[in-house]
Amino acid sequence: MTTKKKILIVEDDLDQLDHLAVILKADGYEVISAQGQAEGEEAMLATIPDLAILDLMMENMDSGFVLCHQIKQLYPETPVILLTAVRSETGIDFSAKSKAASSWTKADVLLDKPIRPEQLRVEVRRLMA
Amino acid sequence: MSETLHLLVVDDEMGMRLSVERALRHFSVHLPDLQDDIAFRVSQAESGEAALALIDADPPDLILLDYKLPGMSGLDVLTALQERKLDLLVVMITAYASLETAVQATKIGAFDFLAKPFTPEELRATVQKITRHCMLQREASKLAEERRQIRFEFLSVLAHELKSPLAAVQGNLFILRDHLAGETIQDYDHLVNRSIIRLEGMKKLIFDLLDLTRIESGQKKRTLADLDLCAAARLSIETHRALAEEKHVSISFEGPTSLRMKADAGELEMILNNLISNAVKYNKDGGTVTVALLELGPSVSIAVRDTGIGMTQAEVSRLFGEFTRIKNKRTMNILGSGLGLSILKRVSHLYGGQVHVQSEPDQGSTFTVTLQKEPSSAPSDGAPSLTVR
Repeated sequence: MTTKKKILIVEDDLDQLDHLAVILKADGYEVISAQGQAEGEEAMLATIPDLAILDLMMENMDSGFVLCHQIKQLYPETPVILLTAVRSETGIDFSAKSKAASSWTKADVLLDKPIRPEQLRVEVRRLMA
Repeated sequence: MSETLHLLVVDDEMGMRLSVERALRHFSVHLPDLQDDIAFRVSQAESGEAALALIDADPPDLILLDYKLPGMSGLDVLTALQERKLDLLVVMITAYASLETAVQATKIGAFDFLAKPFTPEELRATVQKITRHCMLQREASKLAEERRQIRFEFLSVLAHELKSPLAAVQGNLFILRDHLAGETIQDYDHLVNRSIIRLEGMKKLIFDLLDLTRIESGQKKRTLADLDLCAAARLSIETHRALAEEKHVSISFEGPTSLRMKADAGELEMILNNLISNAVKYNKDGGTVTVALLELGPSVSIAVRDTGIGMTQAEVSRLFGEFTRIKNKRTMNILGSGLGLSILKRVSHLYGGQVHVQSEPDQGSTFTVTLQKEPSSAPSDGAPSLTVR
């Protein structure tokens, strides 16, 4: 028997947390849900996730970046998806412009919210292949 | 704090340049309102051409510029400076200060004039004046930059708060479309209900935001009249009766039969509704809300006590930030924009008032608002600016 792959989702909006969980569970993944940065920090210490999906703006405007950094320190092999809802409106450009910036944020993929189920599946499958 | 400004003197007479340097060598300008002491580093140029080369290499903060120079004139230098868009102030030195040259020089950027010959005291007085202007101007642009930053952060958070319910509803629709939650229509009841709640929340956010913007910009019309706070409180209690009964929450009133104060009816309603609806919304099933009014000399206090879910000390300290909603499993079904307390705080501020909160997790919270009975009609200053343009 193969054990299910574990995906850690950290998102402070409970509805959006639920969506991600519903979609990923339907695809046969084990989902570990954490609501917010603090819960996310606890969760990543309790289990080693095979993939992490992090919301960017939670308790702090950069919660996702901080969590991403922590995960990459603990588990360099775990791919990370960062989700953001604020890119287009504010004109904030989160894409790493330099090698230094990308090594700091270290997220493997940055996706705009709301994320379509198809898009999520494609990215998750690609990152865990 | 002490700073040194770079002052460039441009004059073809060496004697003049040296006397400026001597006059400013041990001179400093004290700016009490900026808590700053400014000293000067003086550099010299004997022609307009030399001045521009020096300005490009080491931009000064202040320039004393002779009007009549060999080669480039003082006005030519001013014109060249305009193209460079530097943060500096120019004082023209001239022996023949006609009105015409003054107007001409002012048009292209000279800030002040100093007539030749001048005494060291006159020079220092002029330098003091322009230094003050220069530093105040820089302070002002620093503050403007900070305000821009605050507004940008506010807009980022606002965008986030508006997009979250959209993302939630859209996500629910994706799940419906792909039939991911089950085979029967009942399997989707929860998603539909959550969508309705999120859209209600979004509507409330937009309305609250409009309220807040109106208050902030002073666009909201205020009519201060002699009103009875007790009557207003009873009315607000009645308004919330239905919502309270849904949650089996009872609301009681404590206070005198009448309490007169000068207020705008709409603002008073905003304060009371905010307090009472929070006390009902964040209450437990079967809880109580007590609205207590008290006269305290020149002010009144409105204390609204609930037996609700309460908050931890950490949650209380975050409470008054814009868009701070205490998010946890117990609050997820409660509608809120995260702006209610910001509005409460700002409206109270119009009455020289304050908002205090006392809270105990699982025991409940008491919000106390104190208001002046005779507020000045002009909105008081000092509230952090939040106007969205």
